[in-house]
Amino acid sequence: MIRAIGLVKIYQTGGLPVPAVRGVDLVVEPGEFVAIMGPSGSGKSTFVHMLGGLETRTSGEIWLDGKRADTLSESGWAVLRRQKVGFVFQFFNLVTNMTVADNVELPALLGGASPKHARERREYLLAELGLEERASAAPGQLSGGEQQRVALARALANQPRLLLADEPTGNLDSRNTRDVLKLLGKVHRQGQTIVLVTHDARVASMADRVVSLLDGQIVDDAPIARIQRRPGGTAGDIVELRG
Amino acid sequence: MRLPLLALLAKEPAHGYELKQALEVTFGSAYPSPNIGQIYVTLGRLEKDGFVRAVDVEQSNRPNKKVYYLTAAGREALEAWVDEPTEGPRVRDEFFMKLVLAPLTGISDRMALVNRQRRHYLSLMRDLDELAERTDPGNRVARLLIEGAMLHLQADLDWLERCQEDLN
Repeated sequence: MIRAIGLVKIYQTGGLPVPAVRGVDLVVEPGEFVAIMGPSGSGKSTFVHMLGGLETRTSGEIWLDGKRADTLSESGWAVLRRQKVGFVFQFFNLVTNMTVADNVELPALLGGASPKHARERREYLLAELGLEERASAAPGQLSGGEQQRVALARALANQPRLLLADEPTGNLDSRNTRDVLKLLGKVHRQGQTIVLVTHDARVASMADRVVSLLDGQIVDDAPIARIQRRPGGTAGDIVELRG
Repeated sequence: MRLPLLALLAKEPAHGYELKQALEVTFGSAYPSPNIGQIYVTLGRLEKDGFVRAVDVEQSNRPNKKVYYLTAAGREALEAWVDEPTEGPRVRDEFFMKLVLAPLTGISDRMALVNRQRRHYLSLMRDLDELAERTDPGNRVARLLIEGAMLHLQADLDWLERCQEDLN
C-alpha cells in the first residue's frame, strides 16, 4: 500500500542542519492500521507529513500503490492526495469561510464524486461523529473537539485508499475521543488503511501494529498482542492491577 | 476490604453472602469479584476488634446464619476513614526496578525492555477498552473505575517514554 525506503528529512534553519528523520523504512499493507508513537521531537509528525507529500523529503523514496511518489511535483502530490489520501492534521486546517457541510463535501467533489454522492457521504460521516446538527455552522463557531471531528469527516469523505493522521484526538475530551475511536475502528474493519501519529494509548491500542520512533529512527515495530489472562482471571484483574 | 465492609454494614446489617453480592452489584464486572472466604475472615477480624457483632438467626431446615451489624466503635472507625485524606498512588513500579537494574547485569538492554513494556501497556489498554464496551452504560461506578484505570495506564505510558528518552 505505502512504502518508505531510507526516508530522511534534514531541516536547514539558520546555519546548522537539524536532522528530523534519519533513515526510516516502513511498509504498510492494504487494510493495515499502524500507530506511530514517540516523544515530541522524535520526527513522527515530520514522517507522516512526508508520507502525505505535505513536506518534501531530503532523501529516500516513497511508494504509494506501487507508484513512486517522492519525485512528484507539488501539483502532482495534490492530485495524488485528492485521489488516494485523506489527511487529519493536529490543528484541523478547515476552510474558515465555508460551512461544515461544504468543508466535508469539497474533497469528494474535487475527487470527481457526484453532488448527490458527496452529500450522502457527508451526511453519513457527520452523523457518525455526532455532528449532523452542525452541518450549516462555520468552523469558527465550533469547539476544538468539534472541528477535529469535522477534519476527520473531511479526510474520509473521499473514501481514500490511505488515511494519514497526526494526533487526531489531541484536542478532544474523552467523550469526543470515543466518537473518533468508534469511527476509526469502523472504517478500519471495512478495510481502511490507516497510518496515524498519536500519544494517546487508547488510539494506539486499536492499531494492528505500533511503530516507535526515537531521534528520527525506528526503535520498535511490532504487532500489539492479545492479553493472556491467567486461568480463571477476569477483566477485573487489570483494574485491580492499575488501582 | 475491612472498611468497605464496615461501610456496607453502616447501611444495614447483613450476612457474609449479602455483602459479597452488594460489592458485586455496586462495582460491576470492572472490579475483581470478592472471595467469600476472604469476606468471612475479614468479618471475623472485625468482630474480634469490636467493630462488628454477629447475631445468630435461626433458619428452618438449615444451619443458623450469622447476621453482622456495626458497633459504635465500628462507626467511629468508618467515620475516621471517610474523614481522612486518602494517600495518592505511589510510584513503586516493578518495571522501573527492572529498567534500572537489568542492564547493569547484562541480562537485557533498556531499549528492548521499554519496547516490550510499551506493547504490553497497549495490550492492557485494548483489554480495558473491550471491558468498557461490555460494561453496562448505566453502571457509572464501573465506568469510572475503568476510566481511572485507563488514565493511570496513559500516565504509565508517558512515563515510559520519558524513561526511554533519558536513560538511553
